[in-house]
Amino acid sequence: MSISLEEVEHVALLARLELGPAEKEAYTQQLNAILGYMEKLNELDTENVEPMAHVLPLANVFREDEVKPGLAPEAALDQAPDKHDNQFRVPKIV
Amino acid sequence: MSGDYEAVIGLEVHVELKTKSKVFCPCSTEFGAPPNTHVCPVCLGLPGVLPVLNKQVVELALRAALALNCRVAAFCKFDRKNYYYPDLPKNYQISQYDLPLALDGYLEIDTEYGSKRVGIIRIHMEEDAGKLIHEGEALNPGKYSLVDYNRTGVPLLEIVSQPDMTSPEEARAYLEKLKAVLQYTDVSDCRMEEGSLRCDANVSVRPAGSTELWTKTEVKNMNSFRSVQRALAYEIERQIGLYEGGEQVVQETMAWDEAHGVTVPMRSKEEAHDYRYFPEPDLVPLRIEAEWIGRVKEHLPELPDARKHRLMQDYGLSAYDAGVITASRDLADYFDACVAAYPQAKTVANWLMGDFSRLLNSYNLEPRQAPVSPAELVELMVMIDRGKISGKMGKTVLEEMFATGKKAKDVVAEKGLAQISDAESLRPIIQEVIAANPGPVEDFRQGKEKALGFLVGQVMRATRGQANPALVNELLKESMN
Repeated sequence: MSISLEEVEHVALLARLELGPAEKEAYTQQLNAILGYMEKLNELDTENVEPMAHVLPLANVFREDEVKPGLAPEAALDQAPDKHDNQFRVPKIV
Repeated sequence: MSGDYEAVIGLEVHVELKTKSKVFCPCSTEFGAPPNTHVCPVCLGLPGVLPVLNKQVVELALRAALALNCRVAAFCKFDRKNYYYPDLPKNYQISQYDLPLALDGYLEIDTEYGSKRVGIIRIHMEEDAGKLIHEGEALNPGKYSLVDYNRTGVPLLEIVSQPDMTSPEEARAYLEKLKAVLQYTDVSDCRMEEGSLRCDANVSVRPAGSTELWTKTEVKNMNSFRSVQRALAYEIERQIGLYEGGEQVVQETMAWDEAHGVTVPMRSKEEAHDYRYFPEPDLVPLRIEAEWIGRVKEHLPELPDARKHRLMQDYGLSAYDAGVITASRDLADYFDACVAAYPQAKTVANWLMGDFSRLLNSYNLEPRQAPVSPAELVELMVMIDRGKISGKMGKTVLEEMFATGKKAKDVVAEKGLAQISDAESLRPIIQEVIAANPGPVEDFRQGKEKALGFLVGQVMRATRGQANPALVNELLKESMN
């Protein structure tokens, strides 16, 4: 499998990254190198290997259903580039 | 719907779980708090934080899964659903993708053709997003939106049905039943007006009797069960209209416009459906042992269908009455509290389905919020049985109890509504009525029973409706014979 320049542009758009022509070219090559390595891994027989859901051999880590105070609104909004009435203000997107 | 087509409807329902704290952080889930007062670094998606799963979320999700006859997965995990939208501070929603909590369930619904099983494809857990308020008005939209993240991270269940429903009425019956099951099991409040239950619909039409699936549309923005029913009816007609006119249905998302009663295409978010799911590295998977499932199953409360049958069996209620009363757990609880003190179940059912429900609706209250407690309603019914007030007066008294919060006996005393049930107080009035109406009295003596009704009416009028009609009847006959 290889990745095209158009696919790199598509993924960049989804990630809201603005890439110049040279960057697009560079990322296309790098992503292809990574996918090439995946091809190498594909040579292994994984027929009887369960897909891994997590790197740690753990399951069922829980917290109890208890309420604790969070941040004061002023603190929560402290780093917001724009705010109004204790709310974050953002450009309208419908 | 035209007879040549049938509809194919599947519903996707989101419900907020009734936990105290959010799904991955200890912030409160309370509804209606001032903006951004229930937020913390985890639900705001600040760098370097780790989500930790609330155990009660899994407990409630299991309860829903079992009450909806699903198979619970022995192993499941969380995934990231990636998209950019300001209601989502992390730019991904933690959800479940290829290994959801539960699969293959069903819900029995009542239709005009009898009972029907609607399949449930899957149930999965996820987090809710924040709330956006757009500045400006419809005609003069602003350039900005305001974001409140209190709802971000409130636990949600997504329940996806099979496309098994064939009419807007069946879709509504499914929603009513689903709501009842989730309320009975204390999984969710299911208050659509507070957004704790939301519903999207997939709908297509096809030639009646066919098994093929034609192009479907997704309908969103329906804010009540009634609007779901209306929106589906409209959308089905719209699709049939297109085919009849030689056109095709386009697969797209439609928004229901409540004010105009139409569905309109939503401007699609560009690339919105390329979610690039991948396993959530910050959360370890879940292994749900049979023992846990067994424990939840054992503690499942009585479900609506079982309760309906109990009301029919124990109290002799009709299927219809039992169905109406058990459709809401609240009303069923109210019924049980009444019959515990007053065993004439049919009388209780009549009051609850009649005037009591009418008054609740007019005050926009749930049964548990009624200003009249079950004990107070029982007092009223007892006063009627003992002839202290007439049944007709009872309705007026109940209205007054709703309006003022007063007890039946106080309302009766204050308004002078007590029924006159002693013969000695009624006799002089009866004599007056007989003296004043010689014609009808003569008619009655000639055997015209109808004349008696007229005379009873005169006594009732003279006593402003307070006389006990049965007693008046008896005394009149006695005085004229």
